[in-house]
Amino acid sequence: MKRSAAHSRSEARGAWLFMAPSLCGLCIFVLIPFAETVRRSFCNALGTSWKGLDNYRSVLQNQAFRLAAANTARFVAVCLPLLLAVSLLLALGVRMLRPGGRAFKTSFLLPMAVPVASIVLLWQTLFHENGLVNRLLTSAGLPAVDFMGTGAAFWVLIFTYLWKNSGYDMILWLAGLDGIPQTLYEAAAADGAGPLAQFRCITLPGLLPTLGLTAVLSLLNTFKVFREAYLVAGSYPHRSIYLLQHLFNNWFLDLDLGRLSAAAVLVAAVLLGFILLLGRIWKGDDEV
Amino acid sequence: MKRSKAAQRLVTAVLAAVALAVWWPLWFMFCGVLTPLDELRVTIGPVLGLREGYAVWTALPSWPTLQPLAELLFDTPEFFVMFWNTCLQVFPQVIGQVLVGAPAAWALSRLRFRGKKALWGLYIVLMLLPFQVMMVPHYLVLNTLGLLDTPLAIILPGIFSTFPVFIMAKGFDAVPRAMVEAAALDGAGMFPAFVRIGLPLGVPGILSAMVLGFLDAWNAIEQPMLFLKSASNWPLSLYLPQITAGQLGLSMAASLLMLAPALLLFLFGQKYLELGIQASGLKE
Repeated sequence: MKRSAAHSRSEARGAWLFMAPSLCGLCIFVLIPFAETVRRSFCNALGTSWKGLDNYRSVLQNQAFRLAAANTARFVAVCLPLLLAVSLLLALGVRMLRPGGRAFKTSFLLPMAVPVASIVLLWQTLFHENGLVNRLLTSAGLPAVDFMGTGAAFWVLIFTYLWKNSGYDMILWLAGLDGIPQTLYEAAAADGAGPLAQFRCITLPGLLPTLGLTAVLSLLNTFKVFREAYLVAGSYPHRSIYLLQHLFNNWFLDLDLGRLSAAAVLVAAVLLGFILLLGRIWKGDDEV
Repeated sequence: MKRSKAAQRLVTAVLAAVALAVWWPLWFMFCGVLTPLDELRVTIGPVLGLREGYAVWTALPSWPTLQPLAELLFDTPEFFVMFWNTCLQVFPQVIGQVLVGAPAAWALSRLRFRGKKALWGLYIVLMLLPFQVMMVPHYLVLNTLGLLDTPLAIILPGIFSTFPVFIMAKGFDAVPRAMVEAAALDGAGMFPAFVRIGLPLGVPGILSAMVLGFLDAWNAIEQPMLFLKSASNWPLSLYLPQITAGQLGLSMAASLLMLAPALLLFLFGQKYLELGIQASGLKE
């Protein structure tokens, strides 16, 4: 008994040694500077004098911030359900065809490996006013669309995001589908349940745990859409796709650190609240 | 039976259409590189303001040529600088993530100590915060340390990303704890136990973290854009969007060469990419 206490003490000591490099780095590069950022959000741009909530007030009243926050919310609200639905359909299709679905799985995952920068030229060729898509539209007798100069830019961005990220979510869905016991389907089929009834009564409820997680991961991944948006449309794109990420970049280039810090703290607080809320919901699920 | 055959055919057709949307861009890039410059000027010139009318797409170049590629490889030293910059920023970062992250992942996954749960929560929260939130903190520390506008400004914050730790910890979860304890009772120290048992069994998790880390770093835009001022430090991802009509063939070739390493890694590491994605979705 005594030996095991000593053993667990030495295990704990060892564990902290294992953690040490990572924790030191986190302190230097993340935790301490983040604390400093929180402090600066209450200070002027140089971080020298206390200004209370001025920065927060200025951020919340800023027109560009409001536009960017609204656009980001709109983007997430449209993109997330679409992404979840498209990737689920892909996963179901791939599963239905297996083992032949393997090649399709590879295909849908492939865009994840395509660096955005390498497809800029292609996207311009597609979505420029004189581009390929408009050629297709006009030859079908439809009016040409100015994709980058109008609200259509929003949909180009949605399409690009789906193109690049559906594969990731498809893999998550496939793992969720694999977790549903096959015997359930066999039993249902024996009871005479058709494919649609099986899907509604077994597949969908079985996927609920996957849904929560996939949604959170996708939500946070949507923040990476800036890469696509920036490469397709630059620092000041059409106002329908002026996202929080553009705003952060532009404020950063102005070195307006006080206001930027306040905006970062606000975004972090909203996201943390969201994560904690979802975490609580999951825990609730566990206990049931 | 007959109906399900028809359904399968329908599903195949739909998936094939989607797959086409994935493969077509790659085909476009590949052919674009082999297309002579004057033909490119005609086909995609309208997009770059070189010509009236709409862009055209031809399935195959009429006269395949390696000229743009050769020009890029032999006459464009800037390209090599950018390519080298990208490698210099990506490889040390990924290797550092493993060196720093693997021991931490091992402790978080297989060792018992006080405060472990809180630490795990911290790592998950940090992993979920987007770059925009960490932008000011990173800037402050890089500025203080005088690292702005050096490759280290990209590498060091990247090394301490907590996402690889999370993925590797998921990999280590597969190592039976009984094995770890047996090794400890045999008198093997904790470090040898990690090296002899943990690392070999954790290889899939480590490779998954590396594949995901590489793809993300290779594609990085925000960090270099904000933390690297001089163009001589820029990676390819910043160079490519600065396309001008005069460098059309060049930018085609450069795009393909930027794509190539990521695609190769994908071809050989797809299994680990899938494992890594699955690990990111495991509930904890």
